[in-house]
Amino acid sequence: MNANTPIPGSSALGQPMDRVDGRLKVTGQARYAGEYPELGLLHGSVVSSTIASGRVVRIDASQALAVPGVIAVIDHTNRPPIASYDEDYQDADSAEGSPFRPFYNDRVLYSGQPLVLVVADTLELARHAGSLVRIEYEIKSHQTDLSVGQGDAHTAPAETPKPRGDFPGAFAHAAVTVDTHYSTPNEHHNPMEPHASTVFYKPDGSLEIHDKTQGTQNCQDYLHSVFGLEKEKIRILAAFVGGAFGSGLRPQYQLPLAVMAALKLQRSVRLTLTRQQMFTFGYRPQTLQHMRIGAAKDGKLMAIAHDAIGQTSRFEDFTEHVVEWSGMLYQCDNVQLSYKLAPLDVYTPLDMRAPGAASGMVALECAMDELAIAAGIDPVQLRIVNFADSNGNEGKPYSSKELLACYEQGAERFGWSKRNPEPRSMRQGRQLVGWGMAGGVWEAMQMPASAKASIDSSGKITVSSATTDIGTGTYTVMTQIAAEAAGVNPEDVTFVLGDSSLPTSPLQGGSFTVSSVGTAVQQACRALRAKLLDAVRMAHPQYAVVDMADVGYGDGYLLIDDQRFAYADIVRESSHETLDVQIDAKPDDKREGYSTATHSAVFVEVLVDEDLGTIRVNRVVDAVAAGRVVNSKTARSQILGGVVWGIGQALQEESQTDHTLGRFMNHSLAEYHIPVNADIGEIDVFFVEENDSIVNDLGSKGVGEIGIVGVASAIANAVYHATGKRVREFPITLDKVL
Amino acid sequence: MSATNEQAFAGHSIALTLNGQTRQVDVQPWTTLLDLLREQLDLVGTKKGCDHGQCGACTVLRDGKRINACLTLAIMCDGAELTTIEGLADGDTLHPMQQAFIKHDAFQCGYCTPGQICSAVGLANEGRASTDDEVKELMSGNLCRCGAYSNIRAAVVEVLPSMNAAPDQGGRGQ
Amino acid sequence: MNPFSYSKPSDIAQAVNLAGPASRFIAGGTNLLDLMKENIARPEHLIDITGLPLKDVRATDSGGVMIGALVSNADLAWHPLIERDYPLLSQAILAGASPQLRNMASTGGNLLQRTRCYYFYDSTVPCNKREPGTGCPAKDGLNRIHAILGASDACVATHPSDMCVALAALEARVHVQGRAGARVIEFADFHRLPGDAPQRDNQLADDELITAVELPAPRFQQHSHYLKIRDRASYAFALISVAAAVELDGDVIRDVRIALGGVAHKPWRDTAVEQSLKGQPVSRENFVAAADAMLRDAQPLAHNAFKIKLARRAIVRALSDATLGGTV
Repeated sequence: MNANTPIPGSSALGQPMDRVDGRLKVTGQARYAGEYPELGLLHGSVVSSTIASGRVVRIDASQALAVPGVIAVIDHTNRPPIASYDEDYQDADSAEGSPFRPFYNDRVLYSGQPLVLVVADTLELARHAGSLVRIEYEIKSHQTDLSVGQGDAHTAPAETPKPRGDFPGAFAHAAVTVDTHYSTPNEHHNPMEPHASTVFYKPDGSLEIHDKTQGTQNCQDYLHSVFGLEKEKIRILAAFVGGAFGSGLRPQYQLPLAVMAALKLQRSVRLTLTRQQMFTFGYRPQTLQHMRIGAAKDGKLMAIAHDAIGQTSRFEDFTEHVVEWSGMLYQCDNVQLSYKLAPLDVYTPLDMRAPGAASGMVALECAMDELAIAAGIDPVQLRIVNFADSNGNEGKPYSSKELLACYEQGAERFGWSKRNPEPRSMRQGRQLVGWGMAGGVWEAMQMPASAKASIDSSGKITVSSATTDIGTGTYTVMTQIAAEAAGVNPEDVTFVLGDSSLPTSPLQGGSFTVSSVGTAVQQACRALRAKLLDAVRMAHPQYAVVDMADVGYGDGYLLIDDQRFAYADIVRESSHETLDVQIDAKPDDKREGYSTATHSAVFVEVLVDEDLGTIRVNRVVDAVAAGRVVNSKTARSQILGGVVWGIGQALQEESQTDHTLGRFMNHSLAEYHIPVNADIGEIDVFFVEENDSIVNDLGSKGVGEIGIVGVASAIANAVYHATGKRVREFPITLDKVL
Repeated sequence: MSATNEQAFAGHSIALTLNGQTRQVDVQPWTTLLDLLREQLDLVGTKKGCDHGQCGACTVLRDGKRINACLTLAIMCDGAELTTIEGLADGDTLHPMQQAFIKHDAFQCGYCTPGQICSAVGLANEGRASTDDEVKELMSGNLCRCGAYSNIRAAVVEVLPSMNAAPDQGGRGQ
Repeated sequence: MNPFSYSKPSDIAQAVNLAGPASRFIAGGTNLLDLMKENIARPEHLIDITGLPLKDVRATDSGGVMIGALVSNADLAWHPLIERDYPLLSQAILAGASPQLRNMASTGGNLLQRTRCYYFYDSTVPCNKREPGTGCPAKDGLNRIHAILGASDACVATHPSDMCVALAALEARVHVQGRAGARVIEFADFHRLPGDAPQRDNQLADDELITAVELPAPRFQQHSHYLKIRDRASYAFALISVAAAVELDGDVIRDVRIALGGVAHKPWRDTAVEQSLKGQPVSRENFVAAADAMLRDAQPLAHNAFKIKLARRAIVRALSDATLGGTV
């Protein structure tokens, strides 16, 4: 055995390990935020505004209060004291501006705004009483239509890359050009679990809260500043989160409202939003995008301009990375990017799976397809000739970018070479067959994070961090990382998360959890291993000066010369019950000189009914370069899910606003369509080999977002190939190809 | 669960066979089966995703057939035999469908999972599906926002043959 | 849901005697409870009819089938008699809702489904169907899913059922019983067009209970097809659906039924068009002519003009699939 190396075959990294929380989930034992019981727990129900702009004149709760079992009706006039200043409402994912302050005053800022909370003994009573509350409004005119509001758009407070080269000149002289407009709709996250908070009011006045969130400490900080409560008196728990996709990045209004009720009544309260109310907070914002691309005859990009307008609220400027991708994915010297926001009488948008990229890459990758056609070049070939090994926005090389391998291996697995480029040239009976492709990109970020590792005298290791597992597999991959770094089997590791009292963790989002928390876990477990060696040095004088580099490890023991020291024995022989370490990890300085990103190439086959316009995504091949994959099973699932999201984005999802009423109208899962099982054909996901020693010690970049990026464009490009119709307004519903 | 909550729900008395056990419970006429399970009996494995029959997260088996608990009044289940996700395993031995869901990673967040599994057991009891395409259509009453559909199909298609051979296996609460 | 009282009668007379304007019958509950949770239906009393003896599917003396009102949609779709003699009905039922809902929903209840209009379903906005006299925001609002035929100024909603489209094509008869006695309603007369009273979906009186749906002797089992077009592959309401049933004499059309879903406030038929096809040979040209004729009075709203084109093509496709194995 080599020194200072894991025993061969003992590494848990990369293994397709079953989820460690799988058994709890398939037996119904995993409890989510709104599922914790308590004697005498009260239930809340929210009454929402029916107007988009104006003022509450009067709230008549007399009928509601007359219902036996109703305990209280709370609104802005009788709530407990809350903060006034904007900064008290800001959180780790805030947009610029003045955050929404629930129940702060009589102002109505959007349709669906929570105005009244009814609290009752049972959920059904609370809901019924809520229907009896009468609200009188003073109505102001509103504007919710981006096509109208775009005239008032202002430059987004985002660090959009400065223009480089001379776009106008290069575009004017390009041999081949594309000048097109695309639009993407508002979309809602709609995780299967509605947002919920269960607030346990403790005898000492402290709050223990089960919340649906992607950031337990973010919620703790928020409640601390909004209600002026000591942090020590607020504990946020999120052991299981029933999907979030960004909807839990900011504290949503059910949390402060449930806390208001608990504080006012000094009772424990649960508030679960209805599915309809899942359409009354953040969402992926509608965008209007203009692409201009100029290329030489051989397809080499000469000029790219990408201009986007997104919608936002009147009170915050929500920004995401919509246009950046157009300056970094391909090699191009003349680039001009702009990003504006149009304020409307709506709620502030919110990050939603691959925020910005999912929308912006629709325009770039559809325009690239249009360019390929205009230039008479194969779409894969066009992308290959424009491959960039450095990020033009930042002027830095990529730490790794195996995108060419994605193109080549993806095309091979898909059978791309058999494609007849002529639209409407391929068919199966009445179905027109379309083959399309697109590339995907997402940033590989890392945030500071902390973790604690502890080993007991039975050799069991407990590792913890305040992060969450929103279905991404955090419990499982952290267990694997810990096992590998500590040198034990995964069965001997328990990873604890979802608790604000644990070591600091960033929000779970942006595909940076493995990179951030995983690095902390890795470092903590390595430090724990060092501590175990220290204990051996102390207990065994003959090894007092043994060098770490000369110590083997694995399967729960250290190996010095031919002497095995079981971890359990080391702890037992020490004078401690457990050996503990806690570390704070941060991104390595060596990242500074590089740009880091994940990439993909997506190949799609669609079948479009020639007469009826129905579109079916029959086959998808998604080749992903994301560095080292910690768990090949759960990582594949992440990408599968992203592809399903891309199918929904391409063909189905749209939150439809009645602009006269200023209100989302298809606020149900019957009318807001997300894909069902029958919509999903064959999806082939694979990861290309990508070695990255820069991004972090794990060499792992994260896979939560990359799966969706590029899918909608690939589908749109396939629909064009099938039908000869270029649809630039998403979603591509059948009426648009008839 | 709590005595207090039991009192709050005092109303009509109904008898159920729930996961093999006979239960006498008091319900209000407007209490749905879903709220009875979740709020009154603390059987929270049955999920509330929409409360309107549009997602399938609340799927349970009534007399072996899959139904949406959210659109079922508890009072109308008097005398019924119900199986929820909590009643599928045989002690520590998981139901084959539960085992297959773990093996195929047929879930991510887990919130739709109990409904998917109960639905799949109901599908097996119906005996109407065996191919991937049939499973695809007949599992479409269960939304999965994480997008685990292809893994769900893999799990269901793997288990169906053994369950079709013994259609009473699981889901009848006996 | 508002609080309500509950009773479970054991015979039909008792059930009908309990009925009144503030009460509702409940069987599967799949639509009624949904509407109650949305505060759209607010009955003070629910009459649980699941104890009534209305659960049989039996052959009638005239060679047809009598379907008890409590037969579940799933049991009906998979009933051997229906699969063999009325495959159109099986197909239509299986195209609707989800397996779970089909296990719950009853035959009678399926006829009483209410529209999926967004505005009807949002109790905070105006809707003439929900609150007569408040207006119809759909007419000038989001109306991609709305009616192109038979709509009125008061209402542009469509009927959501798939099963009813097949029943319309099969000329089913609805057996009902009220305090004044029993009567039989032809399917074409059962549902209403909205006119100026869109709050009324059908001809039933408050005290009337659907007891059975009767199908005449089968004639179309060789040549029928239910085609449903929707925004996703399953578990979605129809944008357009077509129930096509043809009786052939060689390659000549002896009789034909065409019913459309997703286009109007009720399943839509045009007997004049059907009449004009009789005696004609099976051909794409004849199907196209019939489709054009069926849509000649169609009136698009701002967002649903595509439905006219789609319905035409769907009719041709459904007739083609019913008769020629889809070869034209």
